[in-house]
Amino acid sequence: MSASRLTKGGRIDRSCRLGFTWDGRSFEGYAGDTLASALMASGETVLGRSFKYHRPRGIMSAGVEESGAIVTLGAGERAEPNTKATMVELYDGLTACGQNAWPNVRSDVGAALGLFGRFFSAGFYYKTFMGLPPFEWGRGTGIWMQYEKLIRKAAGMGEASRSADPDAYDHVHAFCDVLVVGSGPAGLNAALTAARQGKDVILVEQDFDLGGDLLNQSDPVAEAQRRELVAELKAANVRVMTRTTAFGLYDYGTAGLLERVTDHLAVKPAHAPRQRFWTVRAAATVLATGALERTVAFTNNDRPGVMTVAAARAYLNRFGVLPGRNIVLSTNNDSAYVTAAELARAGANVTLVDLRDRVSEVHMVAMKAAGVEVKTGLAPLKALGGKSVAGVVLARPRGKSWAAAETLACDLLLVSAGWSPVVNLVSHRGAKPVWDKDLACFLPAPCADNVVMAGSAAGHWNTGDCAASGIAAAKTAMGESAESPALGGAETPVKPLYEVRLPGKKTKSFVDPQHDVTAADVRLAHQEGFVSVEHLKRYTTLGMATDQGKMGNVIGLALMADALGKEIPEVGTTRFRPPYTPVAIGALAGRNTSSHFKVLRRTPLHDWNLRHGATMTDAGLWHRPWYFARKGETITEAYIREAATVRDTLGICDVSSLGKIAVQGPDASEFLNRVYSNAFAKLAVGKARYGIMLRDDGMVMDDGTTWRLAENDFLLTTTTTNAGKVMVWLEELLQLRWPDLKVHVTSVSDQWAGVSVAGPKARSDIMACLQDPAAVSADNLPFMGVIETRLKGGIKCLIARISFSGELAYEVYVPSDYGEVMMDLLWETAEPMGGCLYGLEALGTLRIEKGHVTGAELDGRVTIDDAGLGKMASARKPFIGSALRQRPDLLRADRPQLVGIFPKDRNQTFNGGALLCKPDEISGFGEGWVTAVTYSPALGHWIGLGYVSGGHTAWQGKAATATDPVRQGDIAVEIVSPHMFDPEGERMHG
Amino acid sequence: MIRIPCPFCGTRDHSEFAHGGDGSVTYPNLDAPMQDWHDAVFQRENICGVQVETWQHVNGCRMWILVERDTMTHEIHSVRPAHAGMAKALGAAS
Ligand SMILES: [Zn+2]
Repeated sequence: MSASRLTKGGRIDRSCRLGFTWDGRSFEGYAGDTLASALMASGETVLGRSFKYHRPRGIMSAGVEESGAIVTLGAGERAEPNTKATMVELYDGLTACGQNAWPNVRSDVGAALGLFGRFFSAGFYYKTFMGLPPFEWGRGTGIWMQYEKLIRKAAGMGEASRSADPDAYDHVHAFCDVLVVGSGPAGLNAALTAARQGKDVILVEQDFDLGGDLLNQSDPVAEAQRRELVAELKAANVRVMTRTTAFGLYDYGTAGLLERVTDHLAVKPAHAPRQRFWTVRAAATVLATGALERTVAFTNNDRPGVMTVAAARAYLNRFGVLPGRNIVLSTNNDSAYVTAAELARAGANVTLVDLRDRVSEVHMVAMKAAGVEVKTGLAPLKALGGKSVAGVVLARPRGKSWAAAETLACDLLLVSAGWSPVVNLVSHRGAKPVWDKDLACFLPAPCADNVVMAGSAAGHWNTGDCAASGIAAAKTAMGESAESPALGGAETPVKPLYEVRLPGKKTKSFVDPQHDVTAADVRLAHQEGFVSVEHLKRYTTLGMATDQGKMGNVIGLALMADALGKEIPEVGTTRFRPPYTPVAIGALAGRNTSSHFKVLRRTPLHDWNLRHGATMTDAGLWHRPWYFARKGETITEAYIREAATVRDTLGICDVSSLGKIAVQGPDASEFLNRVYSNAFAKLAVGKARYGIMLRDDGMVMDDGTTWRLAENDFLLTTTTTNAGKVMVWLEELLQLRWPDLKVHVTSVSDQWAGVSVAGPKARSDIMACLQDPAAVSADNLPFMGVIETRLKGGIKCLIARISFSGELAYEVYVPSDYGEVMMDLLWETAEPMGGCLYGLEALGTLRIEKGHVTGAELDGRVTIDDAGLGKMASARKPFIGSALRQRPDLLRADRPQLVGIFPKDRNQTFNGGALLCKPDEISGFGEGWVTAVTYSPALGHWIGLGYVSGGHTAWQGKAATATDPVRQGDIAVEIVSPHMFDPEGERMHG
Repeated sequence: MIRIPCPFCGTRDHSEFAHGGDGSVTYPNLDAPMQDWHDAVFQRENICGVQVETWQHVNGCRMWILVERDTMTHEIHSVRPAHAGMAKALGAAS
């Protein structure tokens, strides 16, 4: 290949030179170039090394179907591997390099050694590693590990950066009447037709310029028309989006677009996102996505210097590059003739080889005028040359096979084997492409959605037909009747051509160049019994590269059909999946990364906690105090001190994140009586009750206390994590199942700041903060009592005497905005008393000592009996879950039940998540598991909670082992009652 | 992206909604026999075609609605409020 830039012509701006770096060397191109056109103009031929065999690869196309010039853009944290050089708009300062080669793509040592040829035939992985891990556990792990490293090194694409993506991406939502994808003659006319009727139109074009194939034409009349259309679009307020790919089509006219905002800019504006991810909802969609030219499978069809005819036309007319001097152009259809003449007129010596025996007179006259020699009845058999094509051996059809014919010298071999409409997007919607025998291509099938195909994507081959079909498509999309031109439009019909080879000869002809899948691989797969296209695809990886087989899929199907003795439509095609072209993970994530990955919820006491030394931890979406370390304390020292202080004096803990639901109305008590497993109908005003709610299937859903504030007014509390779920559940019951109940539920979680004050001195602390200290005297506020009263300063507060820690304890709620005032009041008294602030870790310790359950124990697989709370299930009334909790299997005595766990050697500890086993049977799932572990200051050693088959009574006097093979190994433990501290509950009643 | 016409709010993306379950199930009385509950909770059709589903406009008006949806095409045939009384009180489209 001896490509060179022409002195004039093309759409590049020769006055605007752009410097760029390729593989560490400096180059120049022009504004309007792609990386591929600039490299081609500079005489570079080898731009890549193939996936498995490390064969030299050059530019094969001028567009999205590129399978050879696959490069890594940028460097460091911005390195982006596997980009198509043909789709990269050149800018000043661009850097790119080749990939999958060492030291570089031009002289790859691996390829020189021929290291890769013997490996990697179809199904290589399956055959080589069958019977080895991960397929079969326990044998040959070492071999697999070694092979894997070697293969990953040898076979591969570019390397992604290991750093975090430094760029920002935005998510944008949009609506329109008509979405038009593609701005060729069909797309431009479709958009204009809709806009003229007052429709809100979005036109999407993946290129940086509008016009599609019109950009590659040399006809000045066509160019004038293009300019006129574009100008009119803008005047008609069409929203035109260039550098934007419609990568997927989804339900209800939803399209996914990726807009490249700054990728093409030499200086990236600091404020702009790199890319935008658009979700567009369109009432109608016109797909004018064009068609891609196919090549043929013949030996060495992947040599640098072998490319599509359409590509040569684009490089010549759009980029002002003459891609070769001595050109052989092979075709089986009419579309290549214009290009042959244009190349000849630009100064190349062109020989056109047509598979068809007869060519229309019009074309023959044109070729003669342009000085193109035409040879008929021939096709390429083998490309000659190493890193660049040097010639081509031709073949002539003989019966159903081929016979070798003459050899032609050339520096560029152009191939056209017909066109494949881009039906990917409509295929996303489940419309299976239909094979058209006359046009030798898959045509889009009608789609159930309001999606209309136009232009060459619909099977129109001429510019005029494409324009007309665009107008018709827009009308159809708007619900009008419209006549589209007839399909096809060539003078002489295409003669299908997929592979050229001599009988019995070995070939190295590529069907999917990006994944190095050869024609031989397809036949091998068939030989080995893979007859479905879906299996063929997975076994050979045909069409599974980043280009989804845009160039070669049809050849693969044709070869499979041939091997099966069937026609292509009988073999069918695989379904295309989004995305049409790769979408960066960063674009999918948008702004939802790092600290914005999920919503952050702070309690009203958040800042107060931080000012008082809290270290925070995540609890669901919430940030909650984890522990309040004093100077020099570790987390363990801190929580042990905090838990001990609560039992000794008092502690204060932020519980604002608990879910709080106001349940109000005349039927509120009846409602709660149905929802909770225990009785609520007779709960007195001014009383709280601990309740457990089950799911329909009898498993525990959530627990918490509910306070009766007035006859028809309850405050229901939930666990922090289940607040949302419980709210949805109550709404479902009221709206769907019991619409007759007069109850209203309102989430008031954010309305209240809540705190737990626990410990022997809790009452004195609270008394000191109240306007009327007597309100919380033992008589006025007994265990499980609730009052409404006022803090000093007149702040309304709710106080419930309830205990999670097992101590004398109160929960105090004030309106959120007064949270800090409440904390100041409580802490002012508590601190001199020797009290402490405590966090989640100490809270955990206190509740584990008492055997109180939380989310770790109530994991959705647990019945109320399993959790040791069977007495909370009323036998006198039915409730949600009361029927199905009686299922025989749920009543089995040997079900895992809640237990306490001590280490046999009290100096030892064990791990949460460990399995509990019989000491002589450490295998499988064991007899149970550990849910929570803590150091208990009250007991003076490590303790835990867990579930064990049969519960603690079944394990009395029996040894058990907590096994954690990955982290800790085996620890001998004792199974005890879960109520490990103050089992009678004397302290909280005190 | 399914688009659901909420009778209270208008058409919204399905990401604003939460799918509930089979809308054709009539749940038995709480004191009904275990077998009735078993059938209601576990015995479900796996319909290829139109089925009635419950959805909640959870990131919107929080109302539960009954949606007739084609499981093959995602086409929505009808949407109505689950709670007739609330729908009337709020003047929802029916
Ligand atoms: Zn709504």
